[in-house]
Amino acid sequence: MPESAPIPLSHELNALVMALRRILPQEAVLAGAEEMRPYECDGLTAYRKLPGVVCLPDNTRQVQEILRLCTQMQVPVVVRGAGTGLSGGALPLSHGVLVSLARFTRILEIDPDNRTARVECGVRNLAISEAAAPYGLYYAPDPSSQIACTIGGNVAENAGGVHCLKYGLTVHNVLGVKVLTMDGELMELGGHTLDAPGYDLLALMHGSEGLLSVIVEVTVKLLPKPERAQVVLAAFDSVAKAGAAVTEIIGAGIIPSGMEMMDNLALLAAEDYAHAGYPVDAAALLLCELDGVNEEVSELIFQVRELLLKTGAHEVRTTRDEAERLKFWAGRKSAFPAVGRLAPDYYCMDGTIPRKRLPEVLTRIAELSQQYSLRVANVFHAGDGNLHPLILYDANQPGELKRAEEFGAKILELCLEVGGTITGEHGVGVEKLNQMCAQFTPTELAQFHEIKYAFDPKGLLNPGKAVPTLQRCAEHGAMHVHHGNLPFPELERF
Amino acid sequence: MDADHSAALLASVHEALAQKTSLQITGGGSKSFYGRQPAGKPLSVANHRGILRDEPGELVITARAGTPLAEIEAALGARQQMLAFEPPHFGPGATLGGTIACGLSGPRRPYAGAARDFVLGARIINGRGEILKFGGEVMKNVSGFDAARLMTGALGTLGILLDVSLKVLPRPQHEITLTQACTAQQALEIMTGLARLPLPLSAACFSADTLYLRLSGSESGVRAAQKKIGGEPLSNQEAFWLQVREHTHDFFQGKTLLWRLSLPPAAPLLHLPGQWFIDWGGAQRWLRNPLPADVIRATAVKLGGHAMLFRGGEHTGSVFHPLPPGLLALHKRLKNVFDPQGIFNPGRLYAEF
Ligand SMILES: Cc1cc2nc3c(=O)[nH]c(=O)nc-3n(C[C@H](O)[C@H](O)[C@H](O)COP(=O)(O)OP(=O)(O)OC[C@H]3O[C@@H](n4cnc5c(N)ncnc54)[C@H](O)[C@@H]3O)c2cc1C
Repeated sequence: MPESAPIPLSHELNALVMALRRILPQEAVLAGAEEMRPYECDGLTAYRKLPGVVCLPDNTRQVQEILRLCTQMQVPVVVRGAGTGLSGGALPLSHGVLVSLARFTRILEIDPDNRTARVECGVRNLAISEAAAPYGLYYAPDPSSQIACTIGGNVAENAGGVHCLKYGLTVHNVLGVKVLTMDGELMELGGHTLDAPGYDLLALMHGSEGLLSVIVEVTVKLLPKPERAQVVLAAFDSVAKAGAAVTEIIGAGIIPSGMEMMDNLALLAAEDYAHAGYPVDAAALLLCELDGVNEEVSELIFQVRELLLKTGAHEVRTTRDEAERLKFWAGRKSAFPAVGRLAPDYYCMDGTIPRKRLPEVLTRIAELSQQYSLRVANVFHAGDGNLHPLILYDANQPGELKRAEEFGAKILELCLEVGGTITGEHGVGVEKLNQMCAQFTPTELAQFHEIKYAFDPKGLLNPGKAVPTLQRCAEHGAMHVHHGNLPFPELERF
Repeated sequence: MDADHSAALLASVHEALAQKTSLQITGGGSKSFYGRQPAGKPLSVANHRGILRDEPGELVITARAGTPLAEIEAALGARQQMLAFEPPHFGPGATLGGTIACGLSGPRRPYAGAARDFVLGARIINGRGEILKFGGEVMKNVSGFDAARLMTGALGTLGILLDVSLKVLPRPQHEITLTQACTAQQALEIMTGLARLPLPLSAACFSADTLYLRLSGSESGVRAAQKKIGGEPLSNQEAFWLQVREHTHDFFQGKTLLWRLSLPPAAPLLHLPGQWFIDWGGAQRWLRNPLPADVIRATAVKLGGHAMLFRGGEHTGSVFHPLPPGLLALHKRLKNVFDPQGIFNPGRLYAEF
């Protein structure tokens, strides 16, 4: 629902803009419709809204003043990093302030001996590894959006990446954050040590989607670059076989540094876009990366090749050099934009399932695709059971967006049904509020609201995102598979 | 012996709420020394036990909180898997719930992750007498706030853990421990230097003029790394790391206060008298001395770390590193939204809640 006309500045909004201009430089406050346009949505472009006003602070003190002012004037605040989020977490509020932290780009310290980097929240994910590279170190989590997304946004979403199978998610790679609570108080959670006294509030910040605090600084753990990394590519004539191969490899006690799968539509698109050299006849493509000590990698590559052939791969290729390895990953990492070229619009889903249910879930997704007459390309972090079905649609065709959303909702229900979750790494945002009603009971949701209350008693930080109101869930009662006569008894025991 | 006692536990919570009494949650009692002195009517979760779901191929195990840690480790060991954070038992009775509530990790921690890193989900009873489930059994999950991880190390002050799901890892095919004689200063330098290199390190500690480095991985990989590092292989390595993990090593014997300092790993040696045991590649340092808490804490803070009284002395004062006022206030608010009447383990973590 794009808004074309500029929103009229209400009386309060006017006062707010004036007050903000008193605490920030002129160019750091945007209130005109056209200059605010770039902030009207994040990566979930189907939802758009112009904010009341945009602020572009460039230091913590300025953010503190914005938050204090907003607390005083009871104005809601939405924080934005790079706006690559895929669940509408950074969707503005028309009566609120959008605080962009894009100017927080200073790398404050690289400490090679302690293997840490202390950076401002707006530093791009990839920029950290670039800054650490001269020391032979890098930051492990590598979301496909890593050229653009910010480390603050990564913490807020607990972002993952293709290397998270072995090296963990953002939460496993951050040692400390400095945050501001809504009343402008600066707090340090964690720091430069492996643990901190008191509750694990550092963990709680991960995936909190900008509802609990504004993260202004992040200290991440750096790792030594592995001596060797090599990718084995395997082509299969069925997705089920590729799924079985994943289970075999993990079952053999091997933890690859990445294990990614693409179905035919996704790999064709990626090949067309990035010319990675993928076998275009494959029904499913598996990329399995092994890294570590030279000798160990040799051993593992051999083992993995055997397992892949045993599970029915009709083509197995090992990268010959670093250039080819990077090319293989470039194809995978560009899968979203590549698929994006197949249709005017695509809707990226993100659910996690127990690995072993992969074949059955894929079959059901294919059936749904027929039922909704919408094509779907599948990209997965297969090792983690994290699915990204990309539903292709055309928003200009009446009813297609709605159909795509319904299709997406069905996929998430399916993930829950098989004992999984409605979001592995993209967050709930505004997108999956209804599915939250299915995954959690009203008392659990109430507890989430109370956690938010402990941080933000006035409910001014990113209100309305991530955790649905109980009222919304009551209205959305049909989704309550969790407590209905669910034919999946294991769900209750989770 | 496996049994679901959640209904009985829930009833005890409702009773405590009605009678306005507090509860001291206990498992096997192996870590009753840890933290501040417990208060309240003992409520044992030890009977609430049993492995609920055990999925080797999914790298997940879910068990009731009262399940003995040894039982879980045996189940995992039988299929060459492990709890990679090497949790200390500190006694034969250690349960899964107590392990997660204390959030302690063993020698592998800097290389594999801590208890909190492996928690995927938990079912709890909160202080309103509600059963709540957070997280799940899959590797990646960002639905809702990460309340399951929040329970780790909270010492039961936010709720009673009923069941916990943990990520597990394959056991390394091969391990070797290499030792060399050196001074503490040299040990720190070596550990810091090696940590910057891509080596399959899985433990690094220093005690009594000896540096111990453990390597884990495939046999060929471990051998190659061994060539680079040098040192004498330790014959009884499993027993050694077990002693370090369980504090049965000589260093930990005796009555002198035992302090745990958590520091940036490369932090220099601290000029505090007493005996030192350096673990976690420098990030965890144990100190035995009777100095006043303030002195030890101030020294740790100066180097970017913190200190807690682990064993010995009176556990009635401040045991864990004190929190700055803003953070303490936030802790109280969080405690309040999970346990508004303050019935769970009051004062176990901090005197204030
Ligand atoms: C092509 C493409 C590929 C992607 N691939 C991956 C992938 O592989 N893995 C993955 O996990 N994600 C992926 N994403 C999603 C997205 O990039 C991540 O969620 C990323 O972490 C968002 O960072 P951001 O800086 O863009 O945050 P934004 O989109 O600006 O914000 C995301 C949320 O975080 C909050 N937030 C942002 N900064 C802060 C802060 N400093 N303090 C508090 N709250 C804050 C916002 O309010 C919002 O709720 C992809 C997205 C795209 C477009």
